[in-house]
Amino acid sequence: MKLDSIDRKIIQQTQAGLPLSPQPYQDIAKTINIQAEQVMQRILAMQKNGVIRRIAAVPNHYRLGYRYNGMTVWDIDDQYIDEMGAQIGQLDFVSHCYHRPRHLPDWPFNLFAMVHSKTEQGIKTQINEISRILGSYNRRHDVLYSTRILKKTGLRITSS
Amino acid sequence: MSQQLQNLLQHVDNTDKTIINHLQNGFPVCESPYRAAANQLGLTENELIERLQKLLDDGVLSRFGPMYHAEVMGGALTLAAIKVPENKFDEIANIVNSFPEVAHNYQRTHDLNMWFVIATDTPIAIQNVIQSIEKQTGLQVYNMPKRKEFFVQLKLEA
Repeated sequence: MKLDSIDRKIIQQTQAGLPLSPQPYQDIAKTINIQAEQVMQRILAMQKNGVIRRIAAVPNHYRLGYRYNGMTVWDIDDQYIDEMGAQIGQLDFVSHCYHRPRHLPDWPFNLFAMVHSKTEQGIKTQINEISRILGSYNRRHDVLYSTRILKKTGLRITSS
Repeated sequence: MSQQLQNLLQHVDNTDKTIINHLQNGFPVCESPYRAAANQLGLTENELIERLQKLLDDGVLSRFGPMYHAEVMGGALTLAAIKVPENKFDEIANIVNSFPEVAHNYQRTHDLNMWFVIATDTPIAIQNVIQSIEKQTGLQVYNMPKRKEFFVQLKLEA
């Protein structure tokens, strides 16, 4: 997607967050010296073409009480992975779902689904639910829990 | 659950929960978007802005605003992992974290015990970062770029 210098300025002004002021788009417009209407049109256009996934609040899982955050990984026959991935992504407790490459023999898994629960029993139930849906398409699986956050920064784009 | 965590959770009241649940799905683009969103939630504009500020200050929300799609913007992302010997874990974490392209890094329960996201402005730069990490750590980096992203209905109920 082609972004021009005005789009990039809008992105730079909002990548840390939207201003918490009554007219946030007006405030962005003033900072980069264009009309508020133009800022809104460009943001709507970026939403339409997918540059902006959505404008939203991103909760900290742990602070909402979601203490059990697991990366579940599954070994699915490549022939069926699109069908299975689509079904697993639809589950309301799955926040991310991807097809990724295996690294045999160390890493046989090709379907990744992140799951979140407030209780240990809850996450076990979720893993069982995924396992039930995948049935015999699943050859083996594992769950990797995060034990420490070593680094967490937002994604940053440069002005170029 | 720790006392500290319980205290934090108690600060999130039902109005906060409504805000979090509602604003995970989207936010208006119009002259006074906080007023528009507040009206839908039965709040005043000021109340919504103040509560969002507090939720961000307290770390209940890690972010509020447009979520940009790196690949659509021409950038690249990958997930990578390393098997790090336990006695060298902190040393290797420091090397990996020193790369500005490494956005997130987690310790996880597996032989592949270090998992990180690399984000760059161009796809070719991903390979360069991986090679540099391998050279500096002396360890193999398992690169797992996504082949396909499946649509998800993300909503963590507060």
